[in-house]
Amino acid sequence: MAFSQQLINLFAALLLLIAFAMLSQRRILSLINLFALQGLMLSVSTAIVAWSSHQHHLYYSAALTLIVKVVALPWLLHRLIRKLDLKWDVETIINIPSTMLVGLALVVFAFNLALPISQLAGTITRSTLGIALASVLLSFLMMITRRQAVPQVIGFLAMENGLFFAATSATYGMPLVVELGIALDVLVGSFIFGIFFFHIRDTFDSLDIKNMENLKEN
Amino acid sequence: MNGILLQLFQDTLVVLVAPILLGWVNQCRAWLQNRSGAGVLQPYRVLIKLFHKDAVLANNASPLFRSTPYILFSSMWLAAALVPVIATDLPLSPAVDVIALVGIFAVARAFISLAAMDIGTSFGSLGARREMLVGFLAEPALLMVFFTASVISHSTSLVTIVETLAHKQFMLYPSLAFAAVAFVMVLLAENARVPVDNPSTHLELTMIHEAMILEYSARHLALIEWAGAIKLLAYITIGIALFVPWGIAEAGDWGALPLALVALFLKLMAAGAGLALLETLSAKLRIFRVPEFLGTAFLLAVLAMLVHYLLGV
Repeated sequence: MAFSQQLINLFAALLLLIAFAMLSQRRILSLINLFALQGLMLSVSTAIVAWSSHQHHLYYSAALTLIVKVVALPWLLHRLIRKLDLKWDVETIINIPSTMLVGLALVVFAFNLALPISQLAGTITRSTLGIALASVLLSFLMMITRRQAVPQVIGFLAMENGLFFAATSATYGMPLVVELGIALDVLVGSFIFGIFFFHIRDTFDSLDIKNMENLKEN
Repeated sequence: MNGILLQLFQDTLVVLVAPILLGWVNQCRAWLQNRSGAGVLQPYRVLIKLFHKDAVLANNASPLFRSTPYILFSSMWLAAALVPVIATDLPLSPAVDVIALVGIFAVARAFISLAAMDIGTSFGSLGARREMLVGFLAEPALLMVFFTASVISHSTSLVTIVETLAHKQFMLYPSLAFAAVAFVMVLLAENARVPVDNPSTHLELTMIHEAMILEYSARHLALIEWAGAIKLLAYITIGIALFVPWGIAEAGDWGALPLALVALFLKLMAAGAGLALLETLSAKLRIFRVPEFLGTAFLLAVLAMLVHYLLGV
């Protein structure tokens, strides 16, 4: 096995590890740092894929990931939680050990699901498709099990990381136009989320989305 | 004949080096906390002091209580002797595999817990229960770590694992990275280090290991402390054997021994400093958070196995 492929596998495994770390994290501040770290892993692994497969457009997407997901978005989120003045514990709907066990089952499911797909793919990174799928599902699980708005948004952004990785590992990435579009969407999306956070807090005095159920008409 | 000599040399080495390693960890902790520290030989001074004292036993102490320190010491010594530390061809090594090694640790744990409950003090049984809680959660994680390494090298024998990982061409194993994190967590829990237990506390609410050995004194206590140091050394050398085995002497290669000794020395120094750093950086967990901590270790070890099957390395 070529050394670059071993490196890609290693970074894929680290991506999965960070997805689990995010799932088990209780503090919003560490959650944001983990998200930035995941972005960094993604960017480095994309650069390695670009180098080993001579796909030059992947260099641009690696740089884009670095700028948007490692610098801009964490900075925005840090600023947001400083303004909202929330740093500490995140409430979860089911306790963290059970969440981890569910996560483990999801990983097994994702690996089995990806096996036939990755046999069809012709890229050198095809074996990491299962990991990409698993990190998408784990981020989704994080969105489901968290009660507050900010961790849910981080889960959403982490899910985008997983999708990006899946695209890179299955087909050497999407066309650059699409990637630029997604990056812009994510950036604008998080601005809008930020505005929403302030509105939610102004209306309910907390960011617990449980309160939103009161909006229903009975 | 050479093999037996080498075995004897390694066995003496692990027993004599273990207190120094403990002293080194404590010294690093002291430095990190801006204290001057007592020096790496302090555990030896404590042992000598304890061996010179007269032992005190409770009136209702059974023979189990008296014999446990010796059982503990010899089982830890056996465990440390079975790990390939400086060379891979030792006459004792084929006798057991990693599963038996876990069994030896379990025997020691069962005896110290029984002895702690033997006198009937509340602290003893409290410590014993907590130790069993930690142990039964840490053991499956440790076994899964061993299984991951075994799947890679197609053998549960520690010698074969080391030979496969050290002497094959260099490869990155993502699964071993997961297993290494899980192993470090198990090491912290099993050796009563900071996130799980504080080795230097006597506060009744938090202590686990210290609560079990409160009733011991003099030579018995010295043997238990020494066994604890050997256990730490055994765990660290298992970690070295599984994850950074490079530099170990091959079978029959006597010329490589000095180099292997130097490599071992450097690795132990690095591992001790790393352990001290980890302990200084982390705060002690509440006892009810310990299952979560060890559950994470187990999860990581299972993930290691899954990643191995997915990536094929």
